[in-house]
Amino acid sequence: MRLPLAEHRYGEHGVVLPPERSDSNDALDVDLDMRRQLYRSMREMRTFEKRAYDLFMKQLVKGTSHLSLGMEAIAAGFGAAMQEDDYTFATYRGHAHTLARGVPMTPVLAELLGRANGLMGGKGGSMHLTSVEHGMMGSYAIIGAHLTIANGAAWSAQYRGSGQVAVCFFGDGTTNIGAFHEALNYAAVYRLPVVFVCENNLYMEYTSIRDITAVAHPAADRAAAYGLESIVVDGNDADAVHLAALEALDRARSGRGPSLVEALTYRHGGHSRADPGKYRPTGEVDAWKAYDPLTIYRERLGRLGVSEAELDAMDATALALVDAATEGAIAGELPSPESAFTDVWADGGWSWRN
Amino acid sequence: MAQLSYRDAVARGIAQEMRRDERVVVVGEDIAGAGGVFKTTVGLLDEFGPKRVIDTPISEQAILGAAMGAAMTGLRPVAEIMFSDFFAVCWDIVVNQIAKTRYMTAGQVTMPLVIKTGNGGGLRFGAQHSQSIENWAMAIPGLKVVTPSTAEDVVGLMAAAIRDDDPVIFCEHKGLYAAKGEVPDGEIIDTLGTAKVRRPGRDATILALGMMVPRALAAAEDLATRGIDAEVIDVRSLVPLDTRTILDSVARTGRLFTVEENPQLLGWGAEIASLVADEAFWDLDGPVQRITTPHIPLPSADSLEDLVMPSAESVARTVEKALQS
Ligand SMILES: Cc1ncc(C[n+]2csc(CCOP(=O)(O)OP(=O)(O)O)c2C)c(N)n1
Ligand SMILES: [Mg+2]
Repeated sequence: MRLPLAEHRYGEHGVVLPPERSDSNDALDVDLDMRRQLYRSMREMRTFEKRAYDLFMKQLVKGTSHLSLGMEAIAAGFGAAMQEDDYTFATYRGHAHTLARGVPMTPVLAELLGRANGLMGGKGGSMHLTSVEHGMMGSYAIIGAHLTIANGAAWSAQYRGSGQVAVCFFGDGTTNIGAFHEALNYAAVYRLPVVFVCENNLYMEYTSIRDITAVAHPAADRAAAYGLESIVVDGNDADAVHLAALEALDRARSGRGPSLVEALTYRHGGHSRADPGKYRPTGEVDAWKAYDPLTIYRERLGRLGVSEAELDAMDATALALVDAATEGAIAGELPSPESAFTDVWADGGWSWRN
Repeated sequence: MAQLSYRDAVARGIAQEMRRDERVVVVGEDIAGAGGVFKTTVGLLDEFGPKRVIDTPISEQAILGAAMGAAMTGLRPVAEIMFSDFFAVCWDIVVNQIAKTRYMTAGQVTMPLVIKTGNGGGLRFGAQHSQSIENWAMAIPGLKVVTPSTAEDVVGLMAAAIRDDDPVIFCEHKGLYAAKGEVPDGEIIDTLGTAKVRRPGRDATILALGMMVPRALAAAEDLATRGIDAEVIDVRSLVPLDTRTILDSVARTGRLFTVEENPQLLGWGAEIASLVADEAFWDLDGPVQRITTPHIPLPSADSLEDLVMPSAESVARTVEKALQS
């Protein structure tokens, strides 16, 4: 129940706790090789994001950065379910989704540092990571826009009969902008091969999603309005996410239309930069940190017989990759001044005078 | 007198008016509980309560639509569009609705509302979070557009904007939020449509806006060491525009330079250059020169962003070269 405005109590939105820990999802139908891959992928994202944070604090990452710490299971679970030529559309919180498509770490980190060897030569920055050759069709920093754009990629795939699917990631806060609603109706009307994934981390920037949304599940509770199934998955459980992803992708690929998946998760840190996230109740932060997608998955793999030594080796490999990327990024040259004046037009130029 | 940051000055200006007039309400994303993502509304929720200081969903059209409806019916809303780049998602409400309704209804309604926004570059936020959008706004008949450059002006112009019966786009420069300045105690009310001469000079007139003002002043100091005495005018308000102060200055100096953060095409300086060509042509001793960001989106890398935005050095260089030739 929402309070009338005058009685509204900020910050008293109640603590939202993660699900109970249990081993029941050990039995999910995901084979062990895939599970190893999911763990590896999440560990790489985790290690990468921690490094990005350290480099931000050292003022090597300039401007801003939005991390996916605590939210890795969604990027990994979907990334592993997508085919090579599927499309990803992400937000400014897009480092993990970029890595999930197989984009190498060095150019991603170098882009954060504004270097010439960055993914876009320093012209886009952390909020706009794009690698078309990997199907990473961009990271978008204006809320809501990319849902409509993902529809276009799905339309193109449908038109060309290519069998590709567009997957679009966005946050809970994004469900309150008009473009979200327009995009869902549009996708449903044309049965587009698109999967919308709401990463519900319970907060927009500094405001609890509950304080400013009419329904409890910002995405799933709206699905019915567009004739879509209401789907909520545990976004911290890589297996649950992966299975939901496979199903939604299959549905899209086989011409049965779009899906809207709400994945419940939590960000370990603040919204961006050095935000300490003080607007969140401590009980809530602690509970979600204990329900860490990496911790619960590591325990699961242990129960399924993967040795500590093997898991440690995977961790070490991830760290080595991130160390190498850090070296490569820091060693990168500054972009050449001329590069500021290219790529405005299709001919590579920028000048409006001739 | 107190030292106040530009960001604190925003809250002070709004609070000053909220104390005086209970029709003033504030709405926007993260502006209440969190005090704004740029901390420009800190303290307002505590002092005025959740009926007057309201956090919204990420719904820019709904925010500005509601601000407009409330302004039509007796309130004086201050709405925040967090980054000015986001005007693009609610442009219909601004351009087709807020700006035109007074005219189309033959004055039956007034539109006393302020849209405050974090504007401008230099923070390495990339092409979708760094734009200077004054030019978009000044192209629309019916809107007033101000961009203060000092903490004192923030307070006074905010008060003037809130008391004005027309919609005012209030551009706060993100790169100035941390800058501190002396602000007199007590109520401050400034006047829209007035420019300020920040540094008098005889040899050239330099017009600047927002974060370009401190850069133009630094350029003028540098030029002074080389015998060039430049006058720096802080334009402050693009609509209405203080043409008197500008034309008087050009009449005295004979040379005009504009320092604009926006991309080159259709920048506010082009409008002033055209005005000067029309009304002060015979006062000029040489061509009007515009110093702008090239006509490109802003790059994210710090080295590239610094390269393309006007700097104190590029302003000084341009003025010196022009005066020597
Ligand atoms: C149109 C628009 N309005 C506001 C913003 C500022 N903004 C950036 S991120 C954000 C919060 C988004 O929350 P959510 O969708 O939950 O994503 P999360 O950051 O939690 O992943 C806001 C308000 C924006 N980028 N675009
Ligand atoms: Mg969120």
